[in-house]
Amino acid sequence: MMTDQTTLKYTAEHEWVLVDGETATVGITAYAADKLGDVVYVDLPKAGAVVSGGAIVGEIESTKSVGELFAPLDGTILESNADVDADPSLVNSDPFGAGWLIKVNFTALPTLLSFDEYSALIAE
Amino acid sequence: MTDPESRPETDRTSPLHQIHVDGGASFTDFAGWQMPVSYGSDLAEHHAVRTTAGIFDISHMAEILVDGPEAGAFLDYALAGRLSAIAIAQAKYSLLLNPEGGIIDDLVVYRLTDDTFFVVANAGNREAVASALIERAADFDVLVSDLSDAYALIAVQGPNSREIAKATAGITDVSVPLDDLKYYWSTDALFDGLPLLIGRTGYTGEDGFEFYIQADAAAGLWAALSEAGRAFGLVPAGLASRDTLRLEAGMPLYGHELGIDSFPVQAGLGRVVNLKKEGDFVGRAAVEAGPRDGSHVLVGLATEGKRAGRAGYSVVTVSEHDPESVTAVGTVTSGALSPTLGYPIAMAYVDPDALEAGSPLYIDVRGTRIAASVVDLPFYKREK
Repeated sequence: MMTDQTTLKYTAEHEWVLVDGETATVGITAYAADKLGDVVYVDLPKAGAVVSGGAIVGEIESTKSVGELFAPLDGTILESNADVDADPSLVNSDPFGAGWLIKVNFTALPTLLSFDEYSALIAE
Repeated sequence: MTDPESRPETDRTSPLHQIHVDGGASFTDFAGWQMPVSYGSDLAEHHAVRTTAGIFDISHMAEILVDGPEAGAFLDYALAGRLSAIAIAQAKYSLLLNPEGGIIDDLVVYRLTDDTFFVVANAGNREAVASALIERAADFDVLVSDLSDAYALIAVQGPNSREIAKATAGITDVSVPLDDLKYYWSTDALFDGLPLLIGRTGYTGEDGFEFYIQADAAAGLWAALSEAGRAFGLVPAGLASRDTLRLEAGMPLYGHELGIDSFPVQAGLGRVVNLKKEGDFVGRAAVEAGPRDGSHVLVGLATEGKRAGRAGYSVVTVSEHDPESVTAVGTVTSGALSPTLGYPIAMAYVDPDALEAGSPLYIDVRGTRIAASVVDLPFYKREK
């Protein structure tokens, strides 16, 4: 799955958000995946879970550390990525595509970072 | 995602730094050094060391030369082992204790000549080790020199490491053929005509060699080893895989399993302290008295599933009668999902009474209690 990274929205917690109607697909950025190292386990929220923006909703574990997954917006989990659950290395090999983590039916879209803003953030 | 790592705070780099940058390494701060944490996939690097070979830059390690007619006697006094008893070219794992029996550092000591020993210490303990040795040398005819800045250290580890070392261009004049070099022995050699010390030592649980070379020749040696390794599946490997490899091999890491407040016997290193050797040595009285009763002891823990107990997590027991009654009985010092074994492993300091009682143990993994079995160390042992 090819994803144009310039059209995605980002958070300061190194997550990307693809907005399509009222559905947001969320993953972690290549920068974050690289910093984490090889991902070996993910703990993702179940469909139907109600989440609020900024809350911790999951975990992404590498051999050396644990990262927290934040919900970037308020809403309800539609789906978490079963392929990543079965093969967490997808987060490293294709973080913007097959390594997506959750789809959220959101109620309101908060202000998120643009590609340029996020690029500047990680270049600091 | 939380910010996975803070920005580099130090700029100390290895003589091989540019090679790592060119090789696509990501870096981590380790004891004030910017060292490669991985070159892309720490898991792939881990598996390579178990199945073929990996090459590590560990130039951050400290090298201290002890030279003089009383060098053996001095080290018998300064360290926990009987270093005067090792042969020329032999290596020995040892401990530097403080007078209270605490561990200042763990070390590998090579005997180079009758009167010369080479002490290899952890990067983070360089100053503590050098200053303790210098202070303890006051009454001995011996000179202690910190040569850390002059040396680079490259490790080649894995089942193919011997063939790689033998095939490396530029390594000549090897005193002891590598086929005959025993584990924890060393040989001198030349690389491009410059002095090279090769130890059959390592920190991965695999066969392997460590190469001590003057810093300005390290890049050439790394290139030559890498070239020879191409036919043998050699890959550059960083500190992330080094950590999971040593953990599987049950090897302690200073600051995790070892520290100034832990006695050798608590860490399972009682055998490293030689109480039979003649004369006093620093820490002897304290070690003979032993740690206070009930001091926690290091154990290996294995858990099911994929979520690893990690350094700092609590080890707990739960009352049979009241599941709400949870007692902390220990702390994990290192843990990871074992890449080789496929299940989580951890080392932990645990209350000996809880172990003796055989109470089921749990690791508190961020609020979830995961049942843990006490298992023998090492977790992984290579087939010989």
